[in-house]
Amino acid sequence: MADTDNTPWREAVYRALKDSGVKHVAYVPDAGHATAIRMAEADNDVTSVVLTSEQEGIGYLAGAWLGGERGALLMQSSGVGNCINTLALQTMTRFPLLMVVTMRGEWNEFNPWQNPMGQATETSLNLMGVLTWRADKPEDVEPLLRGAATMAFDGDHACAVLLGQRMIGAKEWVK
Amino acid sequence: MSTKPKAPAKVLERRSAVVALLKDRKDLLVVTGLGSPSYDAFAAGDHPGNYYLWAAMGSATTVGFGIAMAQRQRPVLVLTGDGEMLMGVGALATVALKAPKNLTIAVLDNGHYGETGMQLSHAGRGVELDEVAASFTVPWTRRVSDMAGVEELRTRAHQRAGLSFATIKISAENPPRALPPRDGVAVKNRFRAGLGFGTI
Repeated sequence: MADTDNTPWREAVYRALKDSGVKHVAYVPDAGHATAIRMAEADNDVTSVVLTSEQEGIGYLAGAWLGGERGALLMQSSGVGNCINTLALQTMTRFPLLMVVTMRGEWNEFNPWQNPMGQATETSLNLMGVLTWRADKPEDVEPLLRGAATMAFDGDHACAVLLGQRMIGAKEWVK
Repeated sequence: MSTKPKAPAKVLERRSAVVALLKDRKDLLVVTGLGSPSYDAFAAGDHPGNYYLWAAMGSATTVGFGIAMAQRQRPVLVLTGDGEMLMGVGALATVALKAPKNLTIAVLDNGHYGETGMQLSHAGRGVELDEVAASFTVPWTRRVSDMAGVEELRTRAHQRAGLSFATIKISAENPPRALPPRDGVAVKNRFRAGLGFGTI
């Protein structure tokens, strides 16, 4: 799973965000998002914001929407745990929150320390009122993300698309 | 680091400091951190350009940052407390990387958690948040303890002179609560309407 891996779904993520009118991409780096992050950073029409912790992105995107602009938040599943209390901001403000989450702690995970949060990711999001969809096949990524964007931006929902580890490819620990 | 409270030589009264900071506000947009800063801003005068947080502790700075990045021509002020700032202190590093010229962060620092029984905060035990901000490469930082310092901050905010951060040292007391609306959707819609944006 290298940054040079340009399988079509990786670019489709960014294309779907752009087509949805996203002007702000907030992220904590993750290898699974490397293509989208690189494309966002290279895009002069998009403000890319690297965060120290994922919940900063919820506040940032709330602010961007108060200021009239759309954004998306990219993170790894471990970061979902960092977001839980801050998701109240979305529930009470009801601004469009679109999240794309790369999964760890599931199929073929080498590092068991990833498993507690990875296994709790989708349920945690649902408990906080976030609508979720899982993409486990490359051809599902773009339609799921476009549908999630519709429900976020046309419905003021919090929506997350989870990209499965089997599709992304598990991290290589020994090369 | 000492765990004893450090009493600054001179402090301001929070409500009068906030009134002075919001004086003649024109097109200033304001985000307030939960608890007393929200009450202070509301007591100074409700305004469509105010967004009051009631939870999501640690998010005042990031919400203000997002507004500032989407509304580059408008001055944006984050008004929060030392405890709220500490909970989301990493955001100062995030903001400093972009350094929006139209963003001013004012931390009302009484060194205590006023909403929960006046327990000492880290700021009250020696942490100076303006020094933290400077370490995080915020380009302009101040520690304010007089009204001249408040006025300098206010002027700088309106000039959109550059990302600015100040702690405003205030006394540890809770004035009578002035409760802003808790309907976040209504306040959001009012804020956006003020900028010319509709609802979904």
